[in-house]
Amino acid sequence: MAFELIIFYIFSIILVGSALAVITVRNPIYATLFLVLAFFACAGVWLLLEAEFLAITLVLVYVGAVMVLFLFVVMMLDINLAPLKEGFIKFLPIGVAVGVIILVQMAMILGPENFGLEQFASPDRHGSDYSNTKELGRVLYTVYVYPFEIAAVILVVAIIAAITLTLRKRPEVKTQDVAEQVKVRRDDRVRMVKMPSEQKDEVQS
Amino acid sequence: MITLSHYLILGAILFCISMAGIFINRKNIIILLMAIELMLLAVNINFVAFSYYLDDLAGQVFVFFILTVAAAEAAIGLAILVVLFRNKRTINVDNLDSLKG
Repeated sequence: MAFELIIFYIFSIILVGSALAVITVRNPIYATLFLVLAFFACAGVWLLLEAEFLAITLVLVYVGAVMVLFLFVVMMLDINLAPLKEGFIKFLPIGVAVGVIILVQMAMILGPENFGLEQFASPDRHGSDYSNTKELGRVLYTVYVYPFEIAAVILVVAIIAAITLTLRKRPEVKTQDVAEQVKVRRDDRVRMVKMPSEQKDEVQS
Repeated sequence: MITLSHYLILGAILFCISMAGIFINRKNIIILLMAIELMLLAVNINFVAFSYYLDDLAGQVFVFFILTVAAAEAAIGLAILVVLFRNKRTINVDNLDSLKG
């Protein structure tokens, strides 16, 4: 039991430390990489909570896709970093003050006297034949099937929105327009001219 | 023995860190988006912890949906960021005042 606590503290310290690094480092690329570390540590915490499927999803989808997207954008944009850090020192005291006050208030409520083992006993660990993915899938495709499909629609909307936002027409670039090519009819290309037949000159002479 | 309180306070710490991050990095949109991602992660930790201690899978299903929406939000947010940078050549929040709000 104490070993679980040690693992929990290791992952939590990494998580909190990398979250602090995300908001304080100067370079956005380092911030993104620290965010990746934070997601990894959080996946470890979720594994302690027997949410194996979500932990793997967090690593695959978040670290694999969303964070790579962040890195792409950060590296593509040519950002002047100096003006972005203005006001960092100016807003540091108020940011720390508000954060600490809210943390103290939350800790007073979330402490062990309200959410300890007496109120929420730790459930027994499942056996090795228990599959979190199977159980989650069973719930997801029966009880939550309509929200699941709405989630799929949201993803499609996100795809379309992201593509339409960043798509641009550049008039100086010459490209094939396949739709125009297919749409062409014979009348657009060939013109039939009616005219009387003519004799060649040398035949006449 | 890890109690539910451990996880809830971890989520609270993470939430407060990301909120302080929004306060102190108010010029840089990229860091703001990352702080929002961290906030959603804190909420997800709470959901997963309650799902485990109440022995109810509904919390994990909700985390699944939050992950979906957060991925969509990140994709659209970064697309808007790219368009913004293409038009204004900056991502400083102070220069984004053309709506005069």
